[in-house]
Amino acid sequence: MYEMLSSFAQTGGMIYFVLLFAGVLAYALWPRNQEKFDAAARMPLSDKEPNDD
Amino acid sequence: MANVIARGRGYTSTIMMVGALLGVFMILALLMAAGAKDTGMAVQAWTFIGLAGAFLVGMSLWAGQLLGRNPFDQSEYENAIVKWGVFASMFWGIAGLLVGVVIALQLTFPHFMYFPEWGFTNFGRLRPLHTSAVIFAFGGNVLLATSFYVVQRTCRARLAGGMWPWFVFWGYQIFIVLAATGYLLGITQSKEYAEPEWYVDWWLTLVWVAYLLVFLGTIWKRKEPHIYVANWFYLSFIVTIAMLHIVNNLSVPVSFTGSKSVQVFAGVQDAMTQWWYGHNAVGFFLTTGFLAIMYYFIPKRVNRPVYSYRLSIVHFWSLIFIYIWAGPHHLHYTALPQWAQTLGMTFSVMLWMPSWGGMINGVMTLSGAWDKLRTDPVVRMMVVSLAFYGMSTFEGPLMSVRAVNSLSHYTEWGIGHVHSGALGWVGYISFGALYCLVPWLWKKKALFSKSLVEWHFWVSTIGILFYMISMWFAGITEGLMWRAYNEFGFLEYSFVETVEAKHISYMIRALGGFLYFSGACLMAYNLVRTVLGHGEAESFDTIEPKYARPHQPVLQPAE
Repeated sequence: MYEMLSSFAQTGGMIYFVLLFAGVLAYALWPRNQEKFDAAARMPLSDKEPNDD
Repeated sequence: MANVIARGRGYTSTIMMVGALLGVFMILALLMAAGAKDTGMAVQAWTFIGLAGAFLVGMSLWAGQLLGRNPFDQSEYENAIVKWGVFASMFWGIAGLLVGVVIALQLTFPHFMYFPEWGFTNFGRLRPLHTSAVIFAFGGNVLLATSFYVVQRTCRARLAGGMWPWFVFWGYQIFIVLAATGYLLGITQSKEYAEPEWYVDWWLTLVWVAYLLVFLGTIWKRKEPHIYVANWFYLSFIVTIAMLHIVNNLSVPVSFTGSKSVQVFAGVQDAMTQWWYGHNAVGFFLTTGFLAIMYYFIPKRVNRPVYSYRLSIVHFWSLIFIYIWAGPHHLHYTALPQWAQTLGMTFSVMLWMPSWGGMINGVMTLSGAWDKLRTDPVVRMMVVSLAFYGMSTFEGPLMSVRAVNSLSHYTEWGIGHVHSGALGWVGYISFGALYCLVPWLWKKKALFSKSLVEWHFWVSTIGILFYMISMWFAGITEGLMWRAYNEFGFLEYSFVETVEAKHISYMIRALGGFLYFSGACLMAYNLVRTVLGHGEAESFDTIEPKYARPHQPVLQPAE
């Protein structure tokens, strides 16, 4: 039982984290997201109020 | 409750709910005071009743004057709570730094404020008062204030939950006062940075869950489709602190009307849980929260976009993935299994990369605005905070290596390391944020005095350098003395000789701390004069429109 649980937690955890992080990298580096990120990088500079468009 | 928070409507109901909650807890506190098993418990219960009662009365008086006006107008940001947070930060910052100077003097001159018959000001009680005051009271209030400011602007939505943000703010202040007075009374569960006893832990859990819901509720009703990176950092801080706080404080009260409790974990499990908590308090309280400040306030202040938004995403995820495993480096050469120690050490070394990635992203945001380093002391303060961040996140992985740790652990080097991070990084990025917030919130053209900011910067920086260098010197000296053997194989030095060797370093450290404290006093004076509109702090509405920045919101007649 312990062997099963620990191999599930260790190997499974490693695979899960590696895949999750690969997903993050793909999202961050995906060329089509560039435009969205350029806009996001300027977000602190805007001075809009809640009802402004 | 969740529905009300999400929709932001029904403002009277949120006032009623907060009032009812306070009422329930005041009754519980009254029962605890009536059956108190120890004097400390009685004093704490009455303190709570006094503070919660003051909040309840104040809220009722305020609500009575509303006359049907909705105080939570969704077309405006909630700024008042941020203003309160700025003042709470200044107050607790100065209090915490002052206690730091006192305990530095106590280490140098052991009779200072030591009264054998009267334990309230003993080093053992003042030390947790200092650490909690600067980390949780000062740092916590800076994070509350800035997170409430940033999440509203980057989501373009008013804070969710009506009265609940105010419950978070005042509930957190009540937590601080209960913890601080508890330490002075000698109430502690003896876990570093988690000293408050079980009933204070329960209260903080409640406040923190409300904080999480307010923050999530604001993100939920955002008008910007993208969730800005600073909000991710704030969210990881709120979520992780909730998890760490609950697990590390798992304890069974000896009595429901007594202050003492017994920990659920024992032995090495308790130690590992404690340092999993302790190191991630550094990671998720003192790092991710303040990185969120960096990602909003530096671009805003220098008026440049984030250097690389892609890097900020990779920075965020790699930092939180790695930080959570670094705790075991606090337990080298202990009963903790060696594989766990090695794991902690490996992850600590890996942590160097995301730390420096984030630092570079912050510094490079100044691209095209480097002149501001020279002309704007507030920008300089924030950039120097990143330099200290870079330095202490290089020193940290180094010290986590087992061989280095065998020299550095339990010595003053650790104290020096913590303070280069705390004074240099956390302190300076916070001061920078406060210097930005006050003119923005009170709509002033500039701070009361720019040269006072210069004075603050230089006095504090010299203070930090005194602190760090004296502690490096003391730490390495005592570390080498502890491991020195004579030709017969006996220890060369007795313990008291290693203490005596640090006396001069302790004096220099106390001076450094005093300089840093003086700098914070200069800041508080400058900020108060700014709020009052003195000196260069002219109001925007009293000057010619051509001087107003173009993006400054135009005041409507109704305001």
